Amino acid sequence: MVEIAQYSETVMDHFMNPRNVGEIENPDGVGEVGNPVCGDMMTFYIKVGDDGRLSDVKFKTFGCGAAIAVSSMVSEMAIGKTLDEAMQITREGVAEQLGGLPANKMHCSNLGADALHKAIQDYLSRQTAKEG
Amino acid sequence: MPEVYLDHYAASPVLPEVAKAMAPYFTEEFGNPSSLHSRGDAARIAVEEARARVASLLGADPGEIVFTSCGTESNNLAVKGIAWAARRKGNHVVVSAVEHFSVLHAARTLEKFDFEVTEVEVDETGTVDPESVRAAIRPETVLVSVMTANGEVGTIQPVREIAEVARERKIPFHTDAVAAAGCERLEVGELGVDALSLSSDMLCGPKGVAALWVRKGVRLMPLLDGGVQEGGRRGGTENVPGIVGMGLAAHLARDNLDSRAVYLAGMRDALLERLPAAIPHIRVTGHPTRRLPWNASFAIRFIEGEGMLLFLDQKGIKVSSGSACTSRALKGSHVLTACRVPTDIAQGSLLFSFGLENKMADVDYVCEVLPPIVERLRQMSPLYAKYLKEGGG
Repeated sequence: MVEIAQYSETVMDHFMNPRNVGEIENPDGVGEVGNPVCGDMMTFYIKVGDDGRLSDVKFKTFGCGAAIAVSSMVSEMAIGKTLDEAMQITREGVAEQLGGLPANKMHCSNLGADALHKAIQDYLSRQTAKEG
Repeated sequence: MPEVYLDHYAASPVLPEVAKAMAPYFTEEFGNPSSLHSRGDAARIAVEEARARVASLLGADPGEIVFTSCGTESNNLAVKGIAWAARRKGNHVVVSAVEHFSVLHAARTLEKFDFEVTEVEVDETGTVDPESVRAAIRPETVLVSVMTANGEVGTIQPVREIAEVARERKIPFHTDAVAAAGCERLEVGELGVDALSLSSDMLCGPKGVAALWVRKGVRLMPLLDGGVQEGGRRGGTENVPGIVGMGLAAHLARDNLDSRAVYLAGMRDALLERLPAAIPHIRVTGHPTRRLPWNASFAIRFIEGEGMLLFLDQKGIKVSSGSACTSRALKGSHVLTACRVPTDIAQGSLLFSFGLENKMADVDYVCEVLPPIVERLRQMSPLYAKYLKEGGG
């Protein structure tokens, strides 16, 4: 793999071989953040198992290498976690797992955790709607 | 894996004969051209020979050439230097919206010193209409600056016509010819310009040296005050090895101008034709025909430039992009914005800039490698998924 100084080996690995790319049919929750005009856009799809844990997480991302790597890492971190645990995933935690991100990419590209949280909130509001 | 370098607008390898000619001026002929002894004399002669060679590329008088440290300095010196020197006559400057930042930001600095600046818009091909320049000129206009050609999208401007407009009003006209130098004819008499910037690296010379040509009689306030080097227009000890290198690079560019342009345009045209045939939803940015022979620029929908750039790098291909994500300031290209390329599409910008060491096989390789990369990134893109679901639009 050609290495460039800007990105860690882990970032490049997740960018080149992103985990969990795609969409989930009939997802339990969907979260979308960003927009193509500002540069990055991520859509996360989640499936919640009977045990209340995230049984599947998939994403589609429009954005730079860091944005794709972040999405991939978030999906990997989230699968198998309870919703509460997944809500604890932070931007900083994701960046740390990736071996760091360039300073100028910390904010704009590091939206994966936000998109995941939105998908979980979507799931919760669907549950509330069902119960109501 | 082949190494295919297609980013010559960012940097080019120095021609071997140029590097060789520079070498003695680091160690043996290290003299200061201002010194009166024979060491200084040798350095001065070398600098003056280089000056004559750069002047010859422009059909100009050697005394009108000011050596600087980079194209950015040449543009700053032209814009600020001419405007400040003419401050008593007026306080208005006209530039185009697609100028390099060294012109645009120099003009914005003038605004902090009581100047007003008009940025003339371009059409979708990035071309400046001379009539828009005419309309922007005011009684207090003291400088018009429009580039010879734009390096990002390749568009060649109607410089003669714009120069004519400025001349009718007796306003000095500067053109940034950095991107055009080396493959476009730049006879200053024929162009009708009053000042012209060019840099050594675009001539396959070394970085760290450039020049500004200023017509005799055009007043210029120096940016670097110091000694009387460069006729008092730019203080500081001369970069003798760099200047020697630029001189030879200019000499070689002058002798080989037409053959270089034809050679580069062959590869450019092949890429401009073949990529759109191989990739759906792609557009050529800039002017379809009036463009620099080395420039093939595109915008590819639904994906972002940095992703393409990184995947291409993995395959040995080096290019650049005008996407926000690839710029250090994280701002999309002002040139693509000025050409009214929608912001999301501008994110998929890709610029191939050819150089003399490229071969047609490089075009073949790009056409083989890029389409699957685009497809792979599109498979990850929520925008592409939306497009497919909505069945076009």
